[in-house]
Amino acid sequence: MDDFYRELIVERYKNPVYKGELDPHDFSYEDENPLCGDHIHIDVRVDEDNKVTEAAFSGHGCAISQASADLLLESIIGKSLEEVKHFSKEDVLDLLGIELGPVRLKCALLSLKVLKAGIYGVGELDEDLV
Amino acid sequence: MGFDKEKIIRDFPILNREIKPGKRLVYLDSTATSQKPEVVIEAMNDYYRLYNANIHRGVHTLAEEATAMYEQSRVKVQKFINARSHKEIVFTRNATEAINLVAFTWGRQNLDAGDVVVLTEMEHHSNLVPWQMLAAEKNLRLEFIPVTENGELDLLELPALLNLKPKLFCFTHMSNVLGTINPAKELISNAHKAGAVVLVDGAQSVPHFAVDVVDLDADFYVFSAHKMLGPTGIGVLYGKENLLNNMPPFLGGGDMIKKVQLRTFKPNDLPHKFEAGTPAIAEAIGLGAAVDYLAAIGMDHVLAHEKELTAYGLEKIAPLEHLKIFGKDITNKGGVIAFEMDIAHPHDVAQILDMQGVAVRAGHHCAMPLHEKFHIPATTRASFYIYNTKEDIDKLVEGLQIVIDMFG
Repeated sequence: MDDFYRELIVERYKNPVYKGELDPHDFSYEDENPLCGDHIHIDVRVDEDNKVTEAAFSGHGCAISQASADLLLESIIGKSLEEVKHFSKEDVLDLLGIELGPVRLKCALLSLKVLKAGIYGVGELDEDLV
Repeated sequence: MGFDKEKIIRDFPILNREIKPGKRLVYLDSTATSQKPEVVIEAMNDYYRLYNANIHRGVHTLAEEATAMYEQSRVKVQKFINARSHKEIVFTRNATEAINLVAFTWGRQNLDAGDVVVLTEMEHHSNLVPWQMLAAEKNLRLEFIPVTENGELDLLELPALLNLKPKLFCFTHMSNVLGTINPAKELISNAHKAGAVVLVDGAQSVPHFAVDVVDLDADFYVFSAHKMLGPTGIGVLYGKENLLNNMPPFLGGGDMIKKVQLRTFKPNDLPHKFEAGTPAIAEAIGLGAAVDYLAAIGMDHVLAHEKELTAYGLEKIAPLEHLKIFGKDITNKGGVIAFEMDIAHPHDVAQILDMQGVAVRAGHHCAMPLHEKFHIPATTRASFYIYNTKEDIDKLVEGLQIVIDMFG
């Protein structure tokens, strides 16, 4: 059990660093996982070189979805949007440091899905692209 | 055989499983599907090992044996719910298909634009979506008995709804989330006085207490085998004979016909008229074994055991910090306890419990409108059956305490 609910995940769930809203922002997107009702909204600010300067998320969901959103946003600060576009499922799992079954994988990847949909500026992102 | 707790637990092979290292399985998800006793598994194995054949038309020994066992299961089900005739027992895939069968045949034949169908806010999606589909096709008006804050049907609203002269009234005998056991006999009697035909979703009732369709006077009553110790893939539609006789067939194909010509067919007699194609033969036989098993225990014993566990569960779970039970004060409550924790999402609760070997369900339990009503996206649900014990509930409480320690 200690493996799955690592201290890092529980800590980031209870005390997220990047929780909030950014207004104004350069782009913003939100989506949900209808199966469990997890909901994530992400606001991002970028500089003139399209590098991420600030990011924040809001919403509700399980520890996995909330902690992965917090860790993901932390990891994109200072990165260019081109770099962020190349973030993969494996990158998110590396951040969490755990292995996930297919059901909980959706929780972990919701924030990446929202972030990429925001960057690409598309209404809904096919899961294959994540 | 009465209620012999030790014997019952021994009868379910899966309960011997060490589900996590050093953790025995504590199965608290019977509302989703029940576990199966050895006799049910063996009854199906026997069919495949000893007398596997297609039913009804064969004249060889195997076919005769298979047909006899399949039809005996029908009679067992008939007696179990006290139907007047085996002709009133139609085998379907599950309760969902049984409801769709009624919507597709009786509904299409008898409902027209503007007709009112009354449902309730506590229905499972299986007793909502078929009527939404039919309403969209036929332009029907759907109305709902509200659910009170307490988790019961608001019966004060019933007279006004029945004044709309509904053609059909469908409700669940027992809520799969709240555990509310609805006053079915009273509801049916009132609906009949208003001229409505009544369909009862018995998916959660038939497994857990005695149901007498004649005493209830239900027009249609549906349930699934897999929630009552039987296999998946088979369910039951009970319908009054005159209603079933006047309904058009459902699926077309073999077995549901008496005579076929190139351009026309004559449907078979009841109940075969509604059973097109080779049915789930092994599963029907498994259902028959499940009915025998439950009947031997006695449904009054089953209900008493579950009431005892529910009372014990409420007593142990309700005082836990950060936890709110839905429908805690329901007067007539079956073996279901759904709750929310303000510190942890249901998926996390369920996962942490799973690590302790405790299987519960997390989500909306196919009742999204009910969850919306209570403004919660999801709940964690523990449900009880004959093989559960007070020790199982203690394990649940221990697991919940771990959740509280971790997230609190």
